[in-house]
Amino acid sequence: MTGERKGVLFGYRGSERRSAQSRRVRRQRRLACVFLAPSLLGVAMFYGAPFLDVARRSFLDAMGHRFVGMENYEGVWNNQAFRLAISNTVRFLAAALPLLLTGSLLLSLMVYGAKVKKGLFKTTLILPMAVPAAAMVLVWKVLLCPDGVINQLLFALTGQIWDRDWVNGITAFPVLIATYLWKNTGYDMLLWLAGLGAIPDSLYDAAKVDGAGAFARLLYITLPNLKNTAVLVLVLSGINSFRVYREAYLLSGTYPDQSIYMIPHLFSHWFLTLDIQRMSTGAMFLVAFMAMAWGLGRQGAWIAAGREQRKKWEGKGRKRGRI
Amino acid sequence: MTKTVGMRIQTMILFGACLLIWLPLFLMVSASFMPEDELLWRYLSPLGIGKAPVRAGLIPSYPSWEALSELLFRSPGFFVMFWNSCIQVFPMLLGQLLVGAPAAWAFARYSFPGKRPLFCVYILLMVLPFQVTQVSNYLVLDGLGLLDSHWAMILPGIWSTFPVFIMTRSFEAVPKALLEAACLDGAGEAETFFLVGIPAGYPGIVTALMLGFMDGWNALEQPMAYLRDVSLWPLALYLPDIVQDKAAVAFAAGLVMMMPPVLLYLNGQGELEEGVAAYGVKE
Repeated sequence: MTGERKGVLFGYRGSERRSAQSRRVRRQRRLACVFLAPSLLGVAMFYGAPFLDVARRSFLDAMGHRFVGMENYEGVWNNQAFRLAISNTVRFLAAALPLLLTGSLLLSLMVYGAKVKKGLFKTTLILPMAVPAAAMVLVWKVLLCPDGVINQLLFALTGQIWDRDWVNGITAFPVLIATYLWKNTGYDMLLWLAGLGAIPDSLYDAAKVDGAGAFARLLYITLPNLKNTAVLVLVLSGINSFRVYREAYLLSGTYPDQSIYMIPHLFSHWFLTLDIQRMSTGAMFLVAFMAMAWGLGRQGAWIAAGREQRKKWEGKGRKRGRI
Repeated sequence: MTKTVGMRIQTMILFGACLLIWLPLFLMVSASFMPEDELLWRYLSPLGIGKAPVRAGLIPSYPSWEALSELLFRSPGFFVMFWNSCIQVFPMLLGQLLVGAPAAWAFARYSFPGKRPLFCVYILLMVLPFQVTQVSNYLVLDGLGLLDSHWAMILPGIWSTFPVFIMTRSFEAVPKALLEAACLDGAGEAETFFLVGIPAGYPGIVTALMLGFMDGWNALEQPMAYLRDVSLWPLALYLPDIVQDKAAVAFAAGLVMMMPPVLLYLNGQGELEEGVAAYGVKE
């Protein structure tokens, strides 16, 4: 502020200051370049350029010479395996994400408020994210195979003989969801805990003074303040859902039950025959779907923001009316 | 009164959730210390050798080191795969650190034209599942002649953008006052980065490396796609096959594979929580 005033009084200083500032800006740009260069080059080489190449190939014929327009897209869209993989993936996300998000949120609230053994609970619940899928396969088999523990428990409960193979048939899908939850709940809980920790205590204190009960505090303070975290948890859980392929592959191999044939299975089959053209087109489809999901989420956020704004205005109007 | 009852129910639920995690792990650990005949008696069908009802047990009747010593001293195959996993994961992590930390510093500290869109591109790349980049990575690796070598696992991993994202968030959380103080003391940019940035952003760096390690150690899709040569396979891919070679050591192999990431997590839990907090709060 004083600098500005001086600049007005002594005109020559302004230009000097400006040049110093621009020097600083240029220096920052140069430094940023130096720091970023190794990362940028590699990203461009391993992800950027090849991705553009994939986009190009999705419009070419199998030999990669002739432009065929949307033919590949039509072919993949009408491909039965692709349809199956997409619908299974959507079904999986629709079933698993709500369970994962609410379950991990509830656990994080409990751990956050726990008075006894808080550290033990937290450490334990996060632990599965460090346990490799390959290491656990045998244990899951002990539980799930036809002679396994689950069937024995059911026998003890119902008195009937159970010899279901849980990783095949209609139970393959819920079993896969269960392994996904087992592995990912802890990580999501960690994210929620980070969000909870960032809510200032003063908000809760003020609400307590105003006589808000525990449930009201949860509804009006905790949940609204977790919005940013929720977006991140959703996105990261979505990414991690593709990794459920590891469990699916380890438990049921490359040709699993139809109900858990998902996008990674499809791509690994295409990959075996090196169907580059289909993989390129499929990749573009995936990107398009993700862009759509992102757009929908964005729009949803906009609508929510608009509703909130309206509520604020209405609130103001009501207050004014009262006065 | 109601409050304490609520608390008790809460504790019970948490305890139940923990049991769901402890029991499977405990089952595995105890099976790793069973002698061969006991393993065969208990777990014939899950091991895929025969068919008999499972007799699950949480305590071995005759604890023995047999399986572990067999695995560690008389299974060269396992040793090679363990070593493969190390060769593929640690250089990748080192690369992520060397390449990612400066990039994250640039994103967090400098202003330059196109910064926001570029960061968005990084986030977008982080969100893309492996399958999208699988074919393009394959073509690049093929072009470089790196398929069927450890490099095929290491190089694409180095430029994964997730660590850059994590480290950027934790460098952003470094207090401005600290950096200004360093500047006033006459520290150059490199000095500020190494002496202030890295120590202050330490939790983020550790978190990025830890998550990178867990993912790399667990990787299955990449080696399946890029490594045809079985002698290059990492543990994660080889482990299911060990049952066919030596069923008796299968549980112990799982235990040994689990140890590095679990010990890492137990040692670095504090840093992990701090690092996650840095990116878990902001959008």
